[in-house]
Amino acid sequence: MVGYSEISAIRLGYGLGPGITAPASAAELIAEIAASAPDSRSISMEQIEALRLEYVDIVRKTRESGGADRSAIQAARKKSTLMARVADQTRLARAVGGGVGFGERLVQFWADHFTVTGGSNAFNAAMASALVEEAIRPHLTGSFADMMYAAETHPRMLTYLNQVRSFGPHSVAARKRPDKNLGLNENLAREMIELHSLGVDADYTQKDVRQLAKLLTGLTYNFRDQRRFRPTMAEPGPETVLGHSYGVSRWGSIRDVRAVIEDLARHPATANHIARKLAVHFVADDPPQNLVERLAVIFRETEGNLSALYDELARAPELTGHFRAKVRQPFDFVVAALRAVGVGHDEIMALPPQQLIARVIRPMTAMGQKWQMPRGPDGWPEAAEAWATPQGLAARIDWSTRQLPKLVGPLPDPRKMLQDCLADTASEPLAWAVPKAETALEGLGVVLGSADFNRR
Amino acid sequence: MLSRRAFIKSTALLGCSAAAHPLLSTIAFAEAPGENRLVVIILRGAMDGMDAFQPYGDPNLRKLRRKLSLGPDQGALDLDGFFALHPDMAGLMPLWQAGELAFAPAVSTPYRDKRSHFDGQDMLEAGTGTDLNLIQQRDGWLNRLLQNMPGVQSETAYSVGLEDMKILDGPAPAKSWAPQTRFRLGAQGQRLLQHVWHDDPLFRAAGEQAIEIVSSGVGTVKEEGGPTRDARALARFSADRLNGATRIATFSISGWDSHANQGRVIGRAMNRLSDAILTLRDGLGKNWQRTTVLAMTEFGRTVRENGSGGTDHGTGGAMLMAGGALRGRRAYGGWPGLAEQDLYADRDLMPLRDIRAYAAWALHDLFAVSRDVLEQSVFPQLDMGDNPRFLA
Repeated sequence: MVGYSEISAIRLGYGLGPGITAPASAAELIAEIAASAPDSRSISMEQIEALRLEYVDIVRKTRESGGADRSAIQAARKKSTLMARVADQTRLARAVGGGVGFGERLVQFWADHFTVTGGSNAFNAAMASALVEEAIRPHLTGSFADMMYAAETHPRMLTYLNQVRSFGPHSVAARKRPDKNLGLNENLAREMIELHSLGVDADYTQKDVRQLAKLLTGLTYNFRDQRRFRPTMAEPGPETVLGHSYGVSRWGSIRDVRAVIEDLARHPATANHIARKLAVHFVADDPPQNLVERLAVIFRETEGNLSALYDELARAPELTGHFRAKVRQPFDFVVAALRAVGVGHDEIMALPPQQLIARVIRPMTAMGQKWQMPRGPDGWPEAAEAWATPQGLAARIDWSTRQLPKLVGPLPDPRKMLQDCLADTASEPLAWAVPKAETALEGLGVVLGSADFNRR
Repeated sequence: MLSRRAFIKSTALLGCSAAAHPLLSTIAFAEAPGENRLVVIILRGAMDGMDAFQPYGDPNLRKLRRKLSLGPDQGALDLDGFFALHPDMAGLMPLWQAGELAFAPAVSTPYRDKRSHFDGQDMLEAGTGTDLNLIQQRDGWLNRLLQNMPGVQSETAYSVGLEDMKILDGPAPAKSWAPQTRFRLGAQGQRLLQHVWHDDPLFRAAGEQAIEIVSSGVGTVKEEGGPTRDARALARFSADRLNGATRIATFSISGWDSHANQGRVIGRAMNRLSDAILTLRDGLGKNWQRTTVLAMTEFGRTVRENGSGGTDHGTGGAMLMAGGALRGRRAYGGWPGLAEQDLYADRDLMPLRDIRAYAAWALHDLFAVSRDVLEQSVFPQLDMGDNPRFLA
């Protein structure tokens, strides 16, 4: 019989390890989420923009002076890379250490729901981290509408989904420069409906996407400019999205953006979509319909109060009924493995960043989850089959036996480690096999390569 | 398959050598069904077919696109006086000259109107194209093909890369591997893991396959550095397998979702695609003559350029075919035109043919799969129409 502490740690958190005490009740588990609020460790757009202005300034000065000495540019580039890496390190450290990590799991869930990528440079990578700190963490226990608004208007979302280059075809800016062929970009509007709120199966049309794209024009970002809305880019006149009319003001306004997001966030289809996603992520790839319906009802009745959803989820009997139905994604696996061998928050923060990259972040690519780089805005797949592939499993075992040992002191006795990370949930074959390993390293590989450990 | 009992017995023989263990012996490359080879490349993100194969002979193109698809005037390579090849795929020109490259400029799956990448890709890989709930469309069409091919064993088909390729998902045996995977574990550790995976079908299958592939020495491939390295590694690994018992390989190349800065975005993806095809040709040697490559994408893009030097999600798109087995150097299936009344939903290229019909005729001609099986099982409800005869 699986007890609540195993449910809370393994299914809802990042797993057990030496010295980790798991909550024995849903109330205790829920109380833990508060620890995932933003704090002094959180990276901000303010920091990123300050560094970026400094960088641009250095590049300009170097160019003006003939550009012979590039050392200042290199130093500035290093500084921005370090900033992005420290943000990654902080995120990983918060997951590895600090309770059982239900809050951090939720952070990960919402970060994936509002996917952005790290992109090709350190500033984009840092901005992707900033979205998590500025849009997800502050609203983790609040309302879905607030989180959605914060995510959709975050600079990284606006750059990732090309909103910064979307102009109303009849906007002042487009009419001033007819030679430039400035016009709409549908990307953000489409994903806002298809992925972030209603879901692709809902009842909407290409026309709704197009109208929303028009309504969103004006919403933009430039690192030199604090304004998020530039009326000169906005399409004038009202737009009708899903039967509601917006944009009564003549030149568009951020209030219209707020209003349409509020409505999308409270749409009944959104309740179903989010309820299903939560159940898929935390319970089963093919989720129990009853749970999905309960969550959807709560979403509708509370107008998207996220705490109420977590409360229902944490108490759901389906968590026990579907134990080990899910396969840990590579990030979850790596975090759980670090916890299993006793690596905590401080040990992760003490690693030189390049070591963190080489030993933890980069190996996730071979497991199929390149850090901050999902292949599209739909984020990472959930299905067990997507992760338990020959190449993915081989990469997990390879990392466990080649990289993980370099991150801990003496390797733990595999028999103790088995007890530390799986408690009484280890299967009979695993309990049989582990003591027969010839070396501690092999024992570690057997535990971390087992289905028991890779499922939750 | 070993029985549970025999398995425990074998894992209990802790002193025995790795070579003596039945699951660690070199895999037998059984007789393969025929000599023809098929490579399916899924282009994720919806390639703009009108930019890849620019219909510069269509007088309406210039009205719709001002920065993109500018034809031979801006470096594209003329193909037939009407279409021109995007300059970032210039590496493929020798194939065109040799009759080993062709394309169908206006095709699509039956997917319409919502234009979601993810549903579009699922439908492309499932090959069903019906209104069936996508969650129910678990098997990919390559897997259903295998189910209808005699002599199929696990080496017959490979999906290559880190991604789960739904196109090959299903009950028929197939393998998957990524060329960059490293895996070292002692013989004892392997045996113990096989024991602990035994009761979990998913992990047992994946784990045993991993051990089998590594023990067979297939492991990793080395590919010179550079921006297209990953794509070349996928192609190199595929070619290695296809030179052995494998007859069908599939992998994907992403990076085609060009809402802005299209030239830069898909230029890189085109480099990867063309280098992958050239690597396949080099790696396959004389087997290239028996090989057909189909590069397919989930849908096309808007015919009009958008306001940010890109295009949005559309309907009709292009399919690329390559290989020594091809009757190439031509565009198949006609051109619908770009006049306003010819567009789909006033924004997209009108697809002239179901992309599955080309795939189906390829399977028909390569593997002698009957039309009945193709229209009923592999691609349910498809009408294949006339054979476009794009294979020599």
